[in-house]
Amino acid sequence: MKFIPLVWSALWRKKTRTIFTLLSIVVAFMLFGMLQGVNSAFNATVDRANVNRLIVASAVSFTESLPYSYLSQIETVPGVEAVSHQSWFGTYFQDPKNIVFSFPMEADRFVRVSSEYQIPPDQLDALRRTRTGAIVGEDLAKKYGWKIGDRVSLHSTIWTKIDGTSDWPFDIVGIYRVADDPNRNSEFYFNYAYFDEARSFGKGSVGWCIVKVSDPAQSASIAQTIDKHFANSSYETETKTEKEFQQSFLKQIGDINFIVTRILFAVFFALLFATGSSLMQSVRERIPELAVLKTLGFTDQGVLVLVFAESLLLCVLAALAGLAVAAALFPGFKDVFGVVRLPPAVIAEGVIMAALLALLTGLPPAWRAKRLNIVDALAGR
Amino acid sequence: MTAIVSLRNVVKRYTRGKQQIEVLHGLNLDIEQGEFIALMGPSGSGKSTLLNLIGGLDTTTAGEVFVAGERIDQLPSGRLAKWRARHVGFVFQFYNLLPQLTAERNVELPLLLTKLSGAQRKKNVQAALAVVGLSDRAKHKPNELSGGQAQRVAIARALVADPTLLVCDEPTGDLDRSTADEILGLLQTLNREQGKTIVMVTHDPKAAEYASRQLHLDKGQLVNGEARAA
Repeated sequence: MKFIPLVWSALWRKKTRTIFTLLSIVVAFMLFGMLQGVNSAFNATVDRANVNRLIVASAVSFTESLPYSYLSQIETVPGVEAVSHQSWFGTYFQDPKNIVFSFPMEADRFVRVSSEYQIPPDQLDALRRTRTGAIVGEDLAKKYGWKIGDRVSLHSTIWTKIDGTSDWPFDIVGIYRVADDPNRNSEFYFNYAYFDEARSFGKGSVGWCIVKVSDPAQSASIAQTIDKHFANSSYETETKTEKEFQQSFLKQIGDINFIVTRILFAVFFALLFATGSSLMQSVRERIPELAVLKTLGFTDQGVLVLVFAESLLLCVLAALAGLAVAAALFPGFKDVFGVVRLPPAVIAEGVIMAALLALLTGLPPAWRAKRLNIVDALAGR
Repeated sequence: MTAIVSLRNVVKRYTRGKQQIEVLHGLNLDIEQGEFIALMGPSGSGKSTLLNLIGGLDTTTAGEVFVAGERIDQLPSGRLAKWRARHVGFVFQFYNLLPQLTAERNVELPLLLTKLSGAQRKKNVQAALAVVGLSDRAKHKPNELSGGQAQRVAIARALVADPTLLVCDEPTGDLDRSTADEILGLLQTLNREQGKTIVMVTHDPKAAEYASRQLHLDKGQLVNGEARAA
């Protein structure tokens, strides 16, 4: 502790240089926090996928619809407990920036397959009774100040109604909650019957089927049976576990992990040189001062630790600042990424990265300081 | 009197490129406790080399160096560093204060290597600054001090851990005459009133007059014995 003022003052010996180095690390770790946070949140979504569920989608493309009649056929497959379905509705509320993840569904099928959604029974009944009824996640309701009884209108960028308009009015009849996956509390579900009657095209079709199986160990064979059943039909299927489906869905956006890793590698590679040269220059300028410390009795190892501590302090402080900025900005991107907050694991990972950065950039100058010959250094040789 | 510094047949050679340069040739020297030595001689005579050996900053090529009863020429680097911290206070020509630290933080540096508490360190620092007459400059950084004041801070730093001897390398080389006299007067007071043993390298015959004994070095050897100052 008594050496901290010495380390701290050495760090601020050249204020401008230290501020620029600090800022470059802050920006790098802010980027790290944002990118790795999104990556980690996406992976968490995949990890949370239900092992009891299979997703049946068109073998041609995820965006191709399947006939509604497939639901009853899938229900006949041994091992299938219940079948639900969803379709991509593609909507926003009032402004295109206010994207709302909305899906038509059938209430009874939905609750049998997706039991993690906590919907009060009376609200579920109201959904069954109300043709234009909708249930919304508690976070979404909170965001727009929606409450039960409100009438809201969503604009679909995909589906037009028979009357030629794309604005779909809904009556909010319920607010649901998914306790163990807060990312799902921003969705919007409404009656398929209303959707199918009102849409101007694609009637009698669904986006994809969600199959609940009684034994997860049988998932692979059930998936095979389903796909075999629809083989050589006009609408061949490809059945995956929910986890595989989530992964392939994310890969449609891009291989997030690959992109994030490569970007961060480039950033840290550049940072390594910037920080490393800054620290090396700082030590080069202080050679006589370091020699004085040795003269006064600081050991070679002691000087090495002092110089390395500067690098560690600089990197960790700047990284924490960068991660704090990322954590503060993160909720602002909820609509884009669907992620509520920066996962704590990313912060821990960031601190480890900062320590590694400190090690790689701080060790060469610290080693140089350790090997410094007092007589030569004092003589300016 | 007890010899606090003893050098026996000390040889020091440097390698510069492919050349070996012998700076000290079998030098013998005893310095008694409480002496104020002025080490004089032309450039390249080996004064600074001799001072570095006595201060434990450098090691001999051959021979023995004893300081305060301990043979230091064979100590490994880590132990030598700890020995320096305990026994030697250094004063340099260009003060060599750390520019980013205040005067009191500079003076505190040698005490960071001791087990003294923060409060005790502060007390010792204040005492050392009082000895050099700079209590009111404790919070000033080196660039806010005059040359003479900076050298006084350096002397306080050299004194603060109560070392066995003070080693001064041209301590007035960067100062005007009157400031140099103040600094030399201060060293003389420390020698006479506190009994500090001082070894000072200087080119300046006037500075050497403050010492109790003058040694002349030429081409790596002490010449004409040892002349006592008047």
